[in-house]
Amino acid sequence: MSGTSARPMRTQGGEAVLQCRDLSVHFKTGEGRISAVNGVSFDLHRGQCLGVVGESGSGKSQTFLAILGLLASNGHATGSVMLNGEEILNTTRRKLDAIRGEKLAIVFQDSITGLTPHKRIGDQLCEVLTQHRGMTRSQARTRAMEMLELVRIPEPARRFRMYPHEFSGGMRQRVMIAQALLCQPDVLIADEPTTALDVTVQAQILKLFKGLADHTDTALVMITHDLGVVAGLCDEVMVMYAGRAIEQASVDSLFYDPRHPYTRGLLACMPRADRDSESLTAIPGQPPDLSELPPGCAYAPRCGQAFDRCLIERPSLDMAVEGHLKACHLENAP
Amino acid sequence: MGFLSKRRDQQLAAMQAAGRTVGRSLWQDALRRFVTNRAAMGSVFVLLFISLLAIVGPLISPHSLEDFYWEYILVPPTFENAHWFGTDANGRDMFVRTFHGARISLTIGIMTTAVALLIGVTWGSVAGYFGGRIDNIMMRFVDVLYALPLLFFIIILVTVFGRNIYLVFIGIGAVEWLTMSRIVRGQTLSVKQKEYVEAARALGLSNLQIVRRHVVPNIIGPVIVFVTLLIPTTILVESYLSFLGLGVQEPMTSWGVLISQGASSIDTGPWLLVIPGTFLAVTLFCFNFIGDGLRDALDPEGR
Repeated sequence: MSGTSARPMRTQGGEAVLQCRDLSVHFKTGEGRISAVNGVSFDLHRGQCLGVVGESGSGKSQTFLAILGLLASNGHATGSVMLNGEEILNTTRRKLDAIRGEKLAIVFQDSITGLTPHKRIGDQLCEVLTQHRGMTRSQARTRAMEMLELVRIPEPARRFRMYPHEFSGGMRQRVMIAQALLCQPDVLIADEPTTALDVTVQAQILKLFKGLADHTDTALVMITHDLGVVAGLCDEVMVMYAGRAIEQASVDSLFYDPRHPYTRGLLACMPRADRDSESLTAIPGQPPDLSELPPGCAYAPRCGQAFDRCLIERPSLDMAVEGHLKACHLENAP
Repeated sequence: MGFLSKRRDQQLAAMQAAGRTVGRSLWQDALRRFVTNRAAMGSVFVLLFISLLAIVGPLISPHSLEDFYWEYILVPPTFENAHWFGTDANGRDMFVRTFHGARISLTIGIMTTAVALLIGVTWGSVAGYFGGRIDNIMMRFVDVLYALPLLFFIIILVTVFGRNIYLVFIGIGAVEWLTMSRIVRGQTLSVKQKEYVEAARALGLSNLQIVRRHVVPNIIGPVIVFVTLLIPTTILVESYLSFLGLGVQEPMTSWGVLISQGASSIDTGPWLLVIPGTFLAVTLFCFNFIGDGLRDALDPEGR
């Protein structure tokens, strides 16, 4: 992926806070080696929001679990991940413990089970601060209370003493966001944070993220399969398919000028209120089996515009126009 | 009852006041819920009363464990000569024997269970959480110990160290923690799959912190229930060891010894069985009620 380092991103100046180069993830299973992620590279700058889009099983979550060192025990990651210029991929547990939650935080999809049921919300929040910042309980309490207010939890003092099951799904998700933000991490990874929530709560949570992205210099990674979320929130987008990044661009460039047939397919799949259509469109076919990927483009079997070369040779991620990368043999978008 | 409920209100108020100023833990919450459970609180008082009798009972009686009264053989409960619970076939005072037995039985029940709890929870949660090779080695060790018969183990202990009440603690404790560790391991295996454990890891907590703060508190429910079953079990195990002559020795006694002696003289002196038997049964009931109450109290979702 030599093309990536030359990629001019919409930088906010300075070095990337998170720099990922040629990250690959394999899993050893009974049926052989599965490549979940292949050669993913990206830069993330302060205050920037990166959207990661893809179908289920496209490797978008595994990419970031690998960065956090949270892969399942049969998983192995290769490549390089630099956080503030320091290599963090496959580092020691002790080092990981020091950065996870402190510099690099994640909000999981499942807010229902993401909080320990036998501990009060307040204790779970304070735990992070006493652990990483060595705060006393009362200091931690003050800080955690501020955080709850920031994520718009009414009556934080009362909520502080409650257990997770006394909260609604949206509130739990907000508590988990508060927990992730307690130490003001450099990078916040949100792994489909709104999937388990209903639409109105989704909107509130996204508004919260939007506020964070606009008012703090925390870099945000939004993993989602909802292009609408990406359009409203992100600066940059990475589209993933079968473990590879197939298109990387700024959000405007991607939405107005998609270069990869898969991205175009995804955009066509979005239901639109301003168009009169009888049925929802879908991309025909299934995502490929990751244990036996075709030698050519992984999307070729489903691609309407595939030609001979697509089946033999895998396209590399090259620059289409300034700041817009795509992995497709089609030279010009028709 | 008025006294009880007033007392409970006071406790509640005191605890709420404490909760407001000091940091509140799971245990304080559990305690507050526990004191509102009538059956469990009643059991606590009954158990405290039995324990109190075990301590002061032998002191208030004019008789001692070694005294024989040839003129009072197999006397039913009477105020004459202060044989409140009667005497046995050797003319020994049953009141003193019952509460001396209570001392031994309760001590064995609680001590060995505490030992089993400590070792079992630590062993099981570590094995379950770390999994893989560590789990394999630790649990195979448990399997090997399981294969060792309790009696064989205790006979070896007795042969090597001589007869001693502490050997009974060690012997029973060494066997009971095995089951405890298996239960804890099984629970840990299911809890460690939960998202909150992964979330804790993502927040930068170390393995031991996760085990201590996020795994063990979430498996405490089944463990507590098992403990309340374990206390009666150890009391019963002690009684059959004593019956075989491997446990406590005359003139020392325990409820197990008294019941086995009483059972053999049920036609001539039913009180010899009924009195210690009632105390044992009431104690076991109390432990079960307390266990029930604790399980409810420790589960914040069970309210």
